[in-house]
Amino acid sequence: MIEQANITTLERSELLSKVGELFNQGYRLVQICCTLKDAFELSYSFDKDHALLTLRLQVSREDAQVPSVSGIYFCALVYENEMHDLFGLNVTDMALDFQGTFYKTAIKTPFNTPPPIAK
Amino acid sequence: MANRMIVPFGPQHPVLPEPIHLDLVLEDDKVVDAIPSLGFVHRGLEKLGEKKDFFEMTYVAERICGICSFIHGLGYCQAIEAVMNIEVPARARYLRTFWSELSRVHSHLLWLGLMADAAGFESLFMHSWRVREKIVNLIDETAGGRVIFGSCKIGGTRRDIEPETLKRIARDLDEIETSIREITAIFEDDYSLKHRLEGVGVVSKEDAHKLGAVGPVLRASGISQDTRSLGYAAYGELEWEPVVETAGDCQARSVVRAREIYQSLNLMRQCIQKMPDGPVDVKVTGLPNGEYFSRLEQPRGEVVYYVKANGSKFLDRFRVRTPTFANIAPLLHMLKGCEFADVALIVLTIDPCISCAER
Repeated sequence: MIEQANITTLERSELLSKVGELFNQGYRLVQICCTLKDAFELSYSFDKDHALLTLRLQVSREDAQVPSVSGIYFCALVYENEMHDLFGLNVTDMALDFQGTFYKTAIKTPFNTPPPIAK
Repeated sequence: MANRMIVPFGPQHPVLPEPIHLDLVLEDDKVVDAIPSLGFVHRGLEKLGEKKDFFEMTYVAERICGICSFIHGLGYCQAIEAVMNIEVPARARYLRTFWSELSRVHSHLLWLGLMADAAGFESLFMHSWRVREKIVNLIDETAGGRVIFGSCKIGGTRRDIEPETLKRIARDLDEIETSIREITAIFEDDYSLKHRLEGVGVVSKEDAHKLGAVGPVLRASGISQDTRSLGYAAYGELEWEPVVETAGDCQARSVVRAREIYQSLNLMRQCIQKMPDGPVDVKVTGLPNGEYFSRLEQPRGEVVYYVKANGSKFLDRFRVRTPTFANIAPLLHMLKGCEFADVALIVLTIDPCISCAER
């Protein structure tokens, strides 16, 4: 059985209100995922009655900043600190901000930094 | 006035096989706050998806964790199969279910042993792991490896199991179940264990939902949520119900895992009875292009695999949200207000798998 994807695109300014709506409707936060190509693509996935709903947000590299949803879903703090530490995305007003020390990586923002060229 | 101090817990601790660190804020012997630190052994495996052929990534996915390795491989394969519209043969779906449940029994027995050890029940720990060894032998016999199964591939399975072997395994499972009953009876009924675990690390139904808890942690708080209900692999064709407890404490989480062992044995028997004939794989041609969120139930709870492919043999994004990662926020909630002496047991009851969290 293939679970159907339900992806809704939204603007950064709509994020908090939409996440708040889902919280009030009883959705569970499943995960937050960051994908980096030309821009940051953020996927916020929620579940209710075994149906997965994903909110999709694009953030440019030049303005790499999103508001934290950890004030609504406390558990978002692990995903948001992860995005900050691995991708260098600035997440504002996190419920618990590790300020770049959540992951102890050898290089800063390893998923954003091009790897050294191997000889 | 209470004496306030911060006590570091981990990354090296007798109950932690892998490193996680907690800064515990204490008022006398009571924990008032806990701040976690991860990343001591972060491996960056997600980034490998951009450099490894998407077929080879199956091996990487299986190596995320040594306890639930098969389900990691399955999650990745299911995601790629969904992107490429690959229909997996029925026999392969049943074999995948069989190995997933074998993996769950092995994981839960391992955890019961660790829990017994942490609670001071040395003999029970050894007894649990003695029985687990029989399960590991079955894994070795059917998949070819004790830790890494290596039997799942995109388009089906790499191996088949002979019908005679399956019949013999069904008989072995009966013997194994008898041994397991002796172990789980202690977890469910022993006075000392109950005294140590009941009412400790409580998470209410509402909090478990709000904090994004998954797996036995969620079900022990009274929420009947099990990703197998989605019907992936052969689960949609088998009869089973999620195991649910309502107390939300350490004892409830132990009991859920103990009862899930019988559920898994039952699912394996059903797989053996209903195993269809036919091929175990299909030929895979072409390259993946698209994205998919694949969700499965690991022994520790829901795992989410996200793949985004661009039509080449490398992926744009390979993302794994593991159950331990999801259970960190509920763990912090459980620790608030507990006694310092209970911290180790509470941490253990989320069944932390740091190699999963540090993928």
